[in-house]
Amino acid sequence: MPEATPANQVPIVGYLQLGDDPYLLANECAGCGARYFDRRNACARCGETGFAEERVAGAAVLKAFSVVHNAAPGIPVPYVSAIVETTDGTSVRSNVVGLDDPMKAELGMQVELTTYVCGTDDDGTECVAFGYAPA
Amino acid sequence: MSGDSVWVLGANMTRFARYPELDALDLASQACLDAFADGGVGVHDMDILAAGSLFQPPGFGQRLQKQIGQTGIPVFNVTNACATGATAIRVAYMAIKAGEAEMGLAVGVEQMGKMGLLAGASRSERKVYEPSGRHGSVTSVDGILGTETMPGVFAQAGTGYAYENEGVGFEQFAKVAYKNHLHSTLNPLAQYQKEFSLEQIMGSPVQSYPNTTLMCCPTGDGAAAVVLVSQERLRSLPKDVQQRAVKISASVLTSDPWVESGQVQPDVNTLTRNAAAQAYEAAGVGPEDLGLVELHDCFATAELIHYGSLGLCERGGAGEFIDSGAPFRDGRIPVNVSGGLISKGHPIGATGVANVYEVTTHLRGEAGDRQIEGAKVGLAHVIGLGSACGIHILEKSSIPQAA
Repeated sequence: MPEATPANQVPIVGYLQLGDDPYLLANECAGCGARYFDRRNACARCGETGFAEERVAGAAVLKAFSVVHNAAPGIPVPYVSAIVETTDGTSVRSNVVGLDDPMKAELGMQVELTTYVCGTDDDGTECVAFGYAPA
Repeated sequence: MSGDSVWVLGANMTRFARYPELDALDLASQACLDAFADGGVGVHDMDILAAGSLFQPPGFGQRLQKQIGQTGIPVFNVTNACATGATAIRVAYMAIKAGEAEMGLAVGVEQMGKMGLLAGASRSERKVYEPSGRHGSVTSVDGILGTETMPGVFAQAGTGYAYENEGVGFEQFAKVAYKNHLHSTLNPLAQYQKEFSLEQIMGSPVQSYPNTTLMCCPTGDGAAAVVLVSQERLRSLPKDVQQRAVKISASVLTSDPWVESGQVQPDVNTLTRNAAAQAYEAAGVGPEDLGLVELHDCFATAELIHYGSLGLCERGGAGEFIDSGAPFRDGRIPVNVSGGLISKGHPIGATGVANVYEVTTHLRGEAGDRQIEGAKVGLAHVIGLGSACGIHILEKSSIPQAA
């Protein structure tokens, strides 16, 4: 059983599972194995309507990125936006974190899922985001 | 359904620019009335109107009729991301092809002003975190879980291509922008008509690396319109009108099939490849037959990856293709001789009609200083995220010059 989420924290998205060993949870199609991070009515690939929750691997490789200098207000720039592919073959979009220089992001680099607090609401609840840090 | 072709009878575009003193109805009306004049027809000849705009409120086509003629014909209001204009053309095309109309008007317009950065969703700060939507997100994720901004999304499409193929880097992307800015200096209809050096392009402020400001299309205002006609009706028109008509050899619209990474990064390649294959098949031509191509260079990274998807070069050969000079106006396959979206501008709804106008104008031999001599076949391509891809292949009239 995963550790319960601390009472004063919420994950930024429902597919991020918090606890001692955070991970992403996908809805996997019972028919073809396609994975989705959002709620689906039927599989976009094969039309199957059954899904099972599957844990997504934390280790991944950087497949595409952009160093974003112009972003919405409140977002620190520059930051590295990336598409990574996990070792179990699932593509994920998030930021690359933990680089001292964003231009050190490199195609093909090995990264690992990590979490951090990205904000606090008026009730004192912390929002926990995920990113990928160099492995 | 008629096996006969559908033809472009009249075409027009406003210059793409900023028109704070006009509204979208002014711009669309101007393009429509000038397209009528170009085709020697009037609003009473139209059997259908397809009106495309991404940001105008619903019912724009009917409001446009109040300006150019309320004749009671069916109106289709079209919205399909950056493929809106091409979709409007396809709607009118299908009506004629189906035998439901002899002549139709397709118009695309946008008035964007200085909208600034287009993001996937506007950010609204919640005071209390509560999960909402299908991802159960408690706040806007743009900038936290990667980027939803257009320069960034297309930058990732470009670096993803660079990861999988040799010979593609910052300089190859920048060369695309160099080419299109250079081309725009010959196009009086372009929003910007200024040449920049490769160094200036690579040194301009970074929006989303590798896309610098000079590698991104501007926002702006403008409209474009085409009058389409059935082959049978065209044959009843004067010979000189027939000679200027341009044949639509292929009209194709696709959406993005499922790919594994599609839920996190829109796949702009597969639907373009599929549309290109269908278009070449329908037209009975191949990439080697194209005299010019207008493709969707919303960002420099986008143009580069479309080369292979459209079959202008080998699928992974885009770096070598731009390095060889092939897509320059004096190269093997001139691409975006209008200046492309990067310089000509990208008033979204107008874009997919404007690139058909551009190809039509070259095939008629009426493109002035930017004319590609001897162009007989041309291809117009747009892509909208979500996704939609529209391709039209156009052919010069084979009707001989009157004696």
